[in-house]
Amino acid sequence: MIAAEKAPAAGAFSLFSRATPHFGPWTVALALALLTLIPLAVVASAMLHPDQTIWDHLWRHVLPELLVNTLWLVIGVGVGVTLLGTGLAWLTAACDFPGRKFFAWALLLPLALPAYVTAFVWIGLLDFTGGLATWLRESWQIAWIPPIRSRGGVILVMVLALYPYVYLTARTAFQGQGRRLLEAAQSLGISRRRAFFRVALPIARPGIIAGLSLALMETLADFGTVSVFNYNTFTTAIYKAWFSMFSLPAASQLATILVFFVLALVTLEQLSRSGARYAASARGGGGARRIRLGGANAALATSFAGLVFLLAFVIPIIQLLIWTRAIMATDLDARYLDFAWHSLLLAGLGAALVVSLAMALGYAQRLRPTPAMQFTARLATIGYALPGAVLAVGFYIPVAGLDNLIIDTWREQTGEEIGQILGGTLAVMLLAYCARFLAVGFGPVETGLARITRTMDEAAQVLGATGLKRLFRVHLPMLRAPLLAAAALAFVDIMKELPITLMTRPFGWDTLATRVFEMTSEGEWERAALPAVAICVVGLLPIFFLVKNSDART
Amino acid sequence: MLALEHVALSYGAKPVLSDVSFVLSPGQIGCLLGPSGCGKTTALRLIAGFEQLTAGEIRIGAEIVSAFANSRGFSLAPEQRRVGLVFQDYALFPHLDVAKNVAFGLAALPATDRRMRVAEMLDLVGLSHEAEAYPHQLSGGQQQRVALARALAPRPRLLLLDEPFSNLDVELREKLSLEVRDILKQEAITALLVTHDQHEAFAMADVIGVMNHGVIQQWDTPYNLYHQPANRFVADFIGQGVLLPGEVLNSRQVEIELGVLEGSVDGDCSEEGGCTQCELGCRVDVLIRPDDIIHDDASLLMAEVERKAFRGADFLYTLKLPGGQRVLAQVDSHHNHAIGEKIGIRLGVDHVVAFRK
Repeated sequence: MIAAEKAPAAGAFSLFSRATPHFGPWTVALALALLTLIPLAVVASAMLHPDQTIWDHLWRHVLPELLVNTLWLVIGVGVGVTLLGTGLAWLTAACDFPGRKFFAWALLLPLALPAYVTAFVWIGLLDFTGGLATWLRESWQIAWIPPIRSRGGVILVMVLALYPYVYLTARTAFQGQGRRLLEAAQSLGISRRRAFFRVALPIARPGIIAGLSLALMETLADFGTVSVFNYNTFTTAIYKAWFSMFSLPAASQLATILVFFVLALVTLEQLSRSGARYAASARGGGGARRIRLGGANAALATSFAGLVFLLAFVIPIIQLLIWTRAIMATDLDARYLDFAWHSLLLAGLGAALVVSLAMALGYAQRLRPTPAMQFTARLATIGYALPGAVLAVGFYIPVAGLDNLIIDTWREQTGEEIGQILGGTLAVMLLAYCARFLAVGFGPVETGLARITRTMDEAAQVLGATGLKRLFRVHLPMLRAPLLAAAALAFVDIMKELPITLMTRPFGWDTLATRVFEMTSEGEWERAALPAVAICVVGLLPIFFLVKNSDART
Repeated sequence: MLALEHVALSYGAKPVLSDVSFVLSPGQIGCLLGPSGCGKTTALRLIAGFEQLTAGEIRIGAEIVSAFANSRGFSLAPEQRRVGLVFQDYALFPHLDVAKNVAFGLAALPATDRRMRVAEMLDLVGLSHEAEAYPHQLSGGQQQRVALARALAPRPRLLLLDEPFSNLDVELREKLSLEVRDILKQEAITALLVTHDQHEAFAMADVIGVMNHGVIQQWDTPYNLYHQPANRFVADFIGQGVLLPGEVLNSRQVEIELGVLEGSVDGDCSEEGGCTQCELGCRVDVLIRPDDIIHDDASLLMAEVERKAFRGADFLYTLKLPGGQRVLAQVDSHHNHAIGEKIGIRLGVDHVVAFRK
């Protein structure tokens, strides 16, 4: 552009400098990128000067078990969710069988149940003293039930809780193909059935991988489920190192190794996707003519979908309600007002923050649509891949350090002793939530903003609406639905969140989720059911958004 | 009403527009016509105020809206130029109904005046019955008319239309372009249209600038663009035709394979375009339009039918001359000749368009 020699002339004419400041969007984007970079740098710095004694102890007694457990979990859950998710997606997207329309959206419902809730329900049911186990033993004389508290048990429960991620993305991928591609394959002499493996599946691969990597990130990040099963992974080890051994250095070192796992996963995802960004070139051709399953196949499909739905949603919900009914009269008291209030407050504040930051990032990207900005935005939203346990450690350490600095300085200056300023507040928690869930809010905001085309902006400007007028008359009305979706998603995610809340909450500040954790760690399944039901009910909210938007009803 | 004087725009070292000058008088409909990437849309955005020029001056009425002189540029903000803009994708606001879309630019008016103006505009474009519909409920043609009504509602001094009919199917495109022309003429609106479709340009515009590589090749009436193209690009871009090699005999005669053409020798006969009189013996290419070739069974000059395209009212024949040259001939549709058949033709050229080799 042309360098201005003088200050802009007053009045109608303006010099050729842009009205928006150059540094604004970049300041916002870089600040948000720091939100993920700071905790990463903090835990990574623990690796720079490792404490030899801690490291030896970890290496000898802890790491071997953690590595084996984590690998088993990732492989087991990965294979399980891929088979279950892709299979169910193909059935409901491309085939026809009794109940298909119902299952198409019902199979998404397990998303409303946090994995740790599904976990404790199934343990409660199948443990030796559990309801289902007792019933099987007494009524059917079935003496041996596979032990639920096992590696297979954890994997099974996590597959039931996490398959919807693959189901959702794979289904969208299958539906996006339309029928013309399959017709093309058939016209080239390939049977409908073989066309699935030769055409439909390869094209859906990027979608399946996207869902799979989400599910695996959840698996690596999971803290609640594995604690219920007493199955040691990095997240539980971080918790123990911090709260039993009181060793933050050990916690950070474990966190760093966990981050390596996550990075490996992200890299694998990128590699497997490269060159596989198929544009939906031959979309349409209307609704695909479905493969009509007949007789035994139809019965098989219906029972398969029904069984998954039963195990992943219906049985857990019914059991939760039964337990809640039994315990309600004695357990529901004034404390629950506190739990609920804390949960709502956190989720509300967190969601508001996440949505505001997502908006800021969205506008930064809109104002400076450069590759560098895109990269920064990706960096800022990479927090969804970072386990909550890592973020908790990564934010706690610098905030505690800052607190100590303030306390020391204050003592030197005045001679008085003061307590923590930031450590005892919600600040660490909210920061960590923002880092972890920014991507959840950014997704809808980004798509929403993309719907406001450049020409709409220009049309508004020519018609006299610029700046704030344009924001209020065009942008905000058009962004209402995406903002609502973003807020709902972030709200529910924070409500369900366990490790960050557990590790960084102010002392004695319990929420519904931490109450579930506390009760399950004492094996009190019935008493854990009450707060779990509340979480699940709220969790159903965004599923309706999802069902509405994913045209899962067709 | 609109004047561009020596306007240029370049991004870095890459020139997008060079030395663009033209004038539209009040009520006139102008058009910038050219292939994609020729700079026509950039010129429109420059006039609207979304781009900044790097040389020259733009005036709307008597007011200078963009100028660049002494290494300083001035640009009036788009919202202060009082121009209307109809976008290629219409850019209707999806959250507002038709009436609210049209009312968008009337925020400064009192409510009653605003309602009256909206009703007036919807009546003008024939959409009074769709006032409460949302854009996605309308057909492409209806959306186009809402966009026009919205742009006209604040009484702009100048209306700019960016490829306004390119998203419509061919039939609707023709019907609507005539309709829009009627509306603009009825309201005496000065307008500038940008398109790559010459039929659209011919249907809408009083005067057309053919653009290529950021330069206006010819600024003229549709009739002159077709019959007196200023250079090879315009000759090739507008209408159909072929260039046949010929030799200038004198200022009234050019000889080509088909015979000697009589008439004043037009066109850019010299490289620089400086001379109007071609010298004796000068080698030139002569533009022959399909309507310059007349089918005449009595003619001794025979040509072989190589291809034919039935177009309803007429045939477009590709004919091979004895010497191997090919010409296009527009022949009325009763004369259905087979491919390979030899038919008699003669020339019907009243003025010669020739370009020096």
